[in-house]
Amino acid sequence: MDGVTLLQQLVNGLSLGSLYALIAVGYTMVYGILRLINFAHGDLIMVAAYAAVMGVGLFSWPWPVAAGVAVLLTGLVGVLLERAAYRPLRRAPRISLLISAIAASFLLENLVLVLAGGRPRAFPAPGWLGGSLELGGLYLPRLSLVIPAVTALSVGAVFFLVYRTATGRAMRAIAADWEMVSLMGVDVNRIISLTFLVGSLLAGVGGILWALKYPQVNPFLGILPGLKAFIAAVLGGIGNLAGAVAGGLILGLLEVLIVAAFPAWAGYRDAVAFGLLIVILLVRPTGLWGESLEEEKL
Amino acid sequence: MALLELRQVGMRFGGLLALEDLNLEVPEGGLYGLIGPNGAGKTTVFNLISGFLRPTSGSIRLSGTELVGLPPHRITALGVARTFQNIRLFGELTVLDHVLVGQHLRGRARWWQAVLGLPGARREAREQERRAWELLTAVGLAEVAHEPAGQLPYGHQRRLEIARALATGPRLLLLDEPAAGLNPQETRELMTFLQDIRRRYGLTLLLIEHNLPLVMGLCEHLTVLDHGLTIAQGPPAAVQKDPAVIRAYIGKR
Amino acid sequence: MRGWRPGVRASSLAALMTRSTWLTLAAMALLALCLAAAERFGNEYQVRLLHNVAVFITLAVSYHLINGVCGQLHLGPNAFITLGAYTAALLTLTPAEKAATFLLTPLIWPLREVSLPLAPALLAGGLVAAGFGVLTGFPVFRVRGDYLAIVTLGFGEVVRVAANNLQGLTNGPLGLKGLHPLDSLWWSWGVAGLTVLVVHRLKNSSFGRAMQAIREDETAARAMGVDAFRHLMLAYVLSAFFFGVGGGLLAHLITTISPGLFSFFLTFQLLIIIVVGGLGSTTGAVLSAVFFTLAGEWLRVVEEPRQVFGLMVPGIPGLRLVIFSLLLLLVILFFRRGLLGRREFSWAALGAWLSGGRRSKSRG
Ligand SMILES: Nc1ncnc2c1ncn2[C@@H]1O[C@H](COP(=O)(O)OP(=O)(O)OP(=O)(O)O)[C@@H](O)[C@H]1O
Ligand SMILES: [Mg+2]
Repeated sequence: MDGVTLLQQLVNGLSLGSLYALIAVGYTMVYGILRLINFAHGDLIMVAAYAAVMGVGLFSWPWPVAAGVAVLLTGLVGVLLERAAYRPLRRAPRISLLISAIAASFLLENLVLVLAGGRPRAFPAPGWLGGSLELGGLYLPRLSLVIPAVTALSVGAVFFLVYRTATGRAMRAIAADWEMVSLMGVDVNRIISLTFLVGSLLAGVGGILWALKYPQVNPFLGILPGLKAFIAAVLGGIGNLAGAVAGGLILGLLEVLIVAAFPAWAGYRDAVAFGLLIVILLVRPTGLWGESLEEEKL
Repeated sequence: MALLELRQVGMRFGGLLALEDLNLEVPEGGLYGLIGPNGAGKTTVFNLISGFLRPTSGSIRLSGTELVGLPPHRITALGVARTFQNIRLFGELTVLDHVLVGQHLRGRARWWQAVLGLPGARREAREQERRAWELLTAVGLAEVAHEPAGQLPYGHQRRLEIARALATGPRLLLLDEPAAGLNPQETRELMTFLQDIRRRYGLTLLLIEHNLPLVMGLCEHLTVLDHGLTIAQGPPAAVQKDPAVIRAYIGKR
Repeated sequence: MRGWRPGVRASSLAALMTRSTWLTLAAMALLALCLAAAERFGNEYQVRLLHNVAVFITLAVSYHLINGVCGQLHLGPNAFITLGAYTAALLTLTPAEKAATFLLTPLIWPLREVSLPLAPALLAGGLVAAGFGVLTGFPVFRVRGDYLAIVTLGFGEVVRVAANNLQGLTNGPLGLKGLHPLDSLWWSWGVAGLTVLVVHRLKNSSFGRAMQAIREDETAARAMGVDAFRHLMLAYVLSAFFFGVGGGLLAHLITTISPGLFSFFLTFQLLIIIVVGGLGSTTGAVLSAVFFTLAGEWLRVVEEPRQVFGLMVPGIPGLRLVIFSLLLLLVILFFRRGLLGRREFSWAALGAWLSGGRRSKSRG
């Protein structure tokens, strides 16, 4: 691999990685507060993509309006999901909560399948996002620059919310000690809803970006990015926002670089993440920057 | 040689020094008490002995065998059983099942022998069940043997936890606040019960307790912890008068 | 089940034991008779449905062992089923058939030449899946809960990717065709019966109780001397074995397999089955497997286009799954204990129930 190709692949990896990072932050936020893997988080990506397709195709909204509405709608779906499928089970055995999450995920996928049909749809992209820049032999698709930029902005906003506002302080307090905070008179439910809203909005933004990058939209498109983003979150130490960003970037770069270095392995690209997950669990189950995994105090 | 011997045991949780230089020798057949205000590190001592935590320094020996580094189930197999401060039963399993689970580690049959129903495995299962009934009768739980543990009254649950621990065939029994939540009447019953099982099974007991009258009346020897430090050790009468102990207790109230 | 107070005298206990043993034997004989009749007089569709029921009983009961008895949310049965399916299929096809199938890349050497009867092929499928279980068990049981769910979910993905890429072993995306169909109901029902028997006996043994103790409170179980890793591994590998055998049966039932065939959807179906049956109840898993296989067949209709009074009504793909996932959601939200909770079938309980609800205290 010469220098330019390497640089080219780095840009690709960074772009993919920042997408994973964006989705992983939402995962990690929800996990941090509820200690629950929101299996349906990946499907929110799909919801956003479909909503945008519908907005443009069905209602002929201008692209930015359709994308904006799609992101908001996704946030709403996330909040509803928590209300309907997770909140009633907060004191139930974990296995019930997980099963509920899986059921909700399947429900979303197949509801969209029923409503929109199984035929993949083309995702509309505005002209100004297409094309690419050439920079000293380096070929940079505009999208590869837009994705990291949008990610940086969104994640920056979330960091501000979590670390600089009273609401963020409440979120972190709940993540640390749920019972204690509810005793102190904080409206835990409101904060949890808010966390889901923010996490789902991120998934919405991620969904739009994902569909721009891979413009074939189908009801199951969220599964794989969802799983990989989760693995990125685990890699960075689940519950840790900065770790999720780092984990996402590392995973994106790894996938792209491995395939670039060993083209024969291209078919195994989707297995990289799971291989990585198994290695993490064997070597360092807490992830790179995680504190200990929920060890229970006796 | 003492049955249980802790030497210079220390435990650190990140920045928190939960236990420092604890030395403890419990002789075979002894009835020892571990007391101290909230957060003193008493439960931590139990977690260290039973293998749920690994001490950051020091050694823990059971009749000379080093326990540090062994997983909990191995330590139980060596003859250390425990109860938990906040009762931890197997929710939906019946009382009888609890005691049978306790005996499981002493079973010799392999899983496939049990599945095939070989005569040896069946004999063993029958034998375990017989002993389980015996134990339940001894602790007064035979009446409720088929009730799910989660539905028992509190006092019965405490008793069941002890019965389950006894079923593992321990030499040393660690009891974490066995009288917590019991009324005076139940506490008195518990005291006789503990004396009784101690004699019947030739047990050595190490007991954490907040209820001072109970400890004073029951234990032969006390260790008092405060903020992880050993502030007094000796027979109850002496410990009771120790100024450091009085300060630790009164300071907290 | 053990539902009797200590007061019941030994002799009457023995009498009861023999009676329920007789009843069980009689019920099994009746089932065998029905199967024999179905095999003789049933049409192809009915026989296929019966095969399906048996395979799903096998899969659901194995899943129940790790998920219901041990309480670990394992989401990778489809991976083990795929392994069993491919192994068994590669072993039963004749060398000539394999040569005709593997056009792009020839099948690797020893497999190219061998051809085994169904029984050893199924066994091999089970063993390969169990071997994969032993290998993966080490990372899997380093974690619990959500993590365990995700890792095992990953297996399905990894196995699918591998099956797509290992051309010389799996024929890649094209898959394997023309497997020899099952020639008798005894294959599937024999395996189902064996699985139920093994799981039932294990669950009621000292080992099964220890597994349930781990489910209820792993920390307390470990304090009671239960080696959690060994017990979970045992359940996991044993269930992997039966998944493998079941996969082999499924392959020879469908006769055409490809990498994407056993997707997470299959795992999802098994999950619904055991949750609705009552997580932790073997009886529930069996009954629910029967019900869902038949209901799934029936619901298939809604997804296929068909003629209604001369009009062409288009099928609605996905509707079946919407119904299933709603059902699962409702059950987990409102009837968490499912059909049977953790109860098991016993003749005594059945008798008590039939004779007017004076339920004996047999939970069990
Ligand atoms: N697993 C753990 N991780 C971090 N800190 C811990 C852990 N276990 C105990 N601690 C801390 O160690 C200290 C001693 O706790 P411990 O539970 O041993 O006290 P105790 O004497 O049993 O108190 P109590 O009477 O309230 O039961 C406490 O400050 C506690 O917060
Ligand atoms: Mg304590």
